[in-house]
Amino acid sequence: MTYIKPKFRHPALSKNVLGYEKQDYEGAISTLCGGCGHDSISGAIVQACFELNIEPHRLAKLSGIGCSSKTPTYFLSNSHGFNSVHGRMPSVATGAILANRNLIYLGVSGDGDTASIGMGQFVHAIRRNLNMTYIVMNNGCYGLTKGQDSATTDIGSISKSGAANQLHPIDLVGMAIELGASFVARSFSGDRTQLIPLIKAALSHKGFAFIDVVSPCVTFNNNFGSTKSYDYVRAHVEATATVDYIPEKEEITVEYGAGKTANVELHDGSVIQLHKLSPDWNPLDRRSALRRLHNAQAKGEILTGLVYVNPQGQDLHDHLKTTEKPLNALREKELDPGQAALEAINAEHR
Amino acid sequence: MKATDISNPEYFHKVVDCQYACPAHTPVPEYIRLIAAERYTEAYMVNWESNVFPGVLGRTCDRPCEPACRRGRIEEEPVAICRLKRVAADNKGDVTSYFPDIPVVKNGKKIALIGGGPASLTVARDLAPLGYEIHLYDDQALGGGMMRSQIPAFRLPESVLNEEVGYILNMGIHTHFKTYVSSMREILEQDYDAIFVGTGAPKGGDLPKLPGRWDAPKNIHIGIEWLANVAFEHIHSIGKKVIVLGGGNTAMDCCRTSRRLGGEQVTVVVRSPFKDMKASPWEIEDAMREDIPILNNMPPKEFVVENGQLKGVIFEKVEAVYDENGRRSLVPTGEPDVFIEADDVIIAIGQDNAFPWVERDLGIEFGKWELPVLDSVTFQSTLPKVFFGGDSAFGPKNVITAVAHGHQAAISIDLFCQGESVHQRPAPFTNLVSQKMGIHEWAYDSYVTTDLRYKVPHADKYISLKDRKMEVELGFNPDTGFKEAQRCLNCDVQTVFNTSRCIECDACVDICPTSCITFTNNGEESELRLRLSAPALNLEQDLYVSDTLPTGRVMVKDEDVCLHCGLCAERCPTAAWDMQQFLYSVTKAGNPCSILQEPMTL
Repeated sequence: MTYIKPKFRHPALSKNVLGYEKQDYEGAISTLCGGCGHDSISGAIVQACFELNIEPHRLAKLSGIGCSSKTPTYFLSNSHGFNSVHGRMPSVATGAILANRNLIYLGVSGDGDTASIGMGQFVHAIRRNLNMTYIVMNNGCYGLTKGQDSATTDIGSISKSGAANQLHPIDLVGMAIELGASFVARSFSGDRTQLIPLIKAALSHKGFAFIDVVSPCVTFNNNFGSTKSYDYVRAHVEATATVDYIPEKEEITVEYGAGKTANVELHDGSVIQLHKLSPDWNPLDRRSALRRLHNAQAKGEILTGLVYVNPQGQDLHDHLKTTEKPLNALREKELDPGQAALEAINAEHR
Repeated sequence: MKATDISNPEYFHKVVDCQYACPAHTPVPEYIRLIAAERYTEAYMVNWESNVFPGVLGRTCDRPCEPACRRGRIEEEPVAICRLKRVAADNKGDVTSYFPDIPVVKNGKKIALIGGGPASLTVARDLAPLGYEIHLYDDQALGGGMMRSQIPAFRLPESVLNEEVGYILNMGIHTHFKTYVSSMREILEQDYDAIFVGTGAPKGGDLPKLPGRWDAPKNIHIGIEWLANVAFEHIHSIGKKVIVLGGGNTAMDCCRTSRRLGGEQVTVVVRSPFKDMKASPWEIEDAMREDIPILNNMPPKEFVVENGQLKGVIFEKVEAVYDENGRRSLVPTGEPDVFIEADDVIIAIGQDNAFPWVERDLGIEFGKWELPVLDSVTFQSTLPKVFFGGDSAFGPKNVITAVAHGHQAAISIDLFCQGESVHQRPAPFTNLVSQKMGIHEWAYDSYVTTDLRYKVPHADKYISLKDRKMEVELGFNPDTGFKEAQRCLNCDVQTVFNTSRCIECDACVDICPTSCITFTNNGEESELRLRLSAPALNLEQDLYVSDTLPTGRVMVKDEDVCLHCGLCAERCPTAAWDMQQFLYSVTKAGNPCSILQEPMTL
């Protein structure tokens, strides 16, 4: 019986700059079905945080309800966590972000948690441009309740019970761009060479970074005729560009032919390097990004990679001019403006 | 890289590091699981089948398996395999019912075995059940060879040796003890169909040219001869001050025996550095525990003898210097020589083969170092009916190697006597059986404990130093034996990958605690090794490479530090990974009584 992951690790694995081992970013052993795409995403998050040299205690992971929202147990055991009510993760995230802007916020949700019960919360989190990464583990079904169609199931996709979906799906990527999200990407749980740099870029981005990750439900939605099965996604996947994430201090060494490469500098100085670009697409232009997205949809392709990014956007803290200090660190000296300030205000109203 | 051919039994055999390293290829994890299940008798028989002397080897084996043990690559120390073998021997029930039947009607072939040590006894054990009439010659009164004459009783009690030698001699072996064979010609003139020579390496190394060597012959002894004289009770005492020259296991046995025969200041002096000593680390440790200092980098220069009385030895001081090829030379440091007092000196500096009794005109060729010219697989000499094995074949090694030789020589003798080619060797017996019982259930105990190697208890030093025959190591009790057995990683439960079932979901990659698995584009081995989940830097361990998967990638598993925990197979949604127990058993002559034909744990 092995519900316990052995403690031994490969002795040749190196530590990151902070001296942490990858093990320090892992979580408990997963209780999801073996082969669940969500576990791959958890693995990518572990790898991304390890490579980004994030101190585990400087990250907060937030989730709602569902298979996807269980996953924070399976990564970053040494980080803060809040498993909230179904669909209400954005509210909790908003409160946490306002209370302490010094943490890195990672929201994890599913297609039900975001596109159905949590839709009202999701759109406002985007509108406010909360400084967080929001990952949807999108399996196109309600896996936790045995695989009913969800709001992201494609028309004609056949469920395990054999019925084809009739209702129009919600495209979370297109919607996020429309609503003004400043970093929008889609990826596939089975392609971690793309997913890991995207997560690293999203965590480094200032503002709302959204990644829709197609994540096959191996138990209820991996059948023939499903548009979110491993085989279907692999056969229809189309990338906007190959993504490299280059940390601030590293030199950009790989150069591709002119017009084939674009470097997007994020506010912290790190760079997203895109190469082998789609010809009719500019990642910094919303209209171009939407056009690229719609073209792919028309051709039946699943467009992955970075779709749109605005590295210069203002987040909620900029708009509200919130204090730099976490609220729990504010003392009377900062909270009480003093008698003189009070008298000045009163004088204005005389 | 080409896809790994797992139908070649040697691939999975190599994954079972301990078994692969063992000259006799004893299925170690198999018997360790039986010990954990308190099935000591069966565990003993798995050993007996393969290495013939489980009780002896459970105390005295050179343990090539332990440095090879995978556990030693993931934490500090390997599984105490040798001591577990002893747990099986100490706690076994009646084993005789498992023994092969000895045919009453013989097959008409007569075999002579010269020498009664482990190699000859193994040949006897393998051939007697096939109906051969076997005649064993030895100059001692009892069987066992060097196991009796050179291994002191405080490491190997006589009762254990007698029991295991007896199992074989009771198979109707015709013994000719106290019979020194002085002429191979005379043996050849008798009507033996084949002759096996297992006479060991009986000549102890000497320092004949060292000044003073021959001035006090009564007090300067040759290690293996002296040990034999102690074992056969010709010698009962030694002086208070003893010097033992040499750094091998014989030197360790000599110094510890000296302590028990009256030696109070016993010193081991070695010409080379400590780290180059040939003795097993545990034997060195045991010697030091008995207050025996080991002095290194001191070659002897002269025996000091006054009026026919040995006074001591003068040693030079040297240091080891290594050239760019790693070759060592011992260079004098220029420090003053050291004089150490001694009443007796024991020279234990290696041993050599000697065949004064084999006439050189019989067609048996001898080559370098007076060793017989042999086929390294069949052990056949240039005279087809004569075979060699054990230390007498390729020079001194150890008991387990002698046993392995014996098995192979027995196969050759059987083929030879049946008129078949000795080069048509039987294939090993192998078996591969799924261990899956449920989602989280395996037929083996897959949990990986973090327990460190358990220490074996020793007898009280004060008491054991007074009694030459009192065993020092007491062995694990069943409780500790169980806990130590649980440290075994079950490397014989193989991770078997089925390419056609894999959907490339990465579940195995994510769960693998030791980052053994990678899905990537194929490439040359040397560069592939560097771009895996963790770099595969141990070149002695293979990469397990699948056929090309639908995405064009391959699965690559580095076997190096796989814990055989089964998590990859547990998380695999399509059972593309499965944990399958691999049994590999070296086929014996005529394939008798092979209880290993069926896996015992199932």
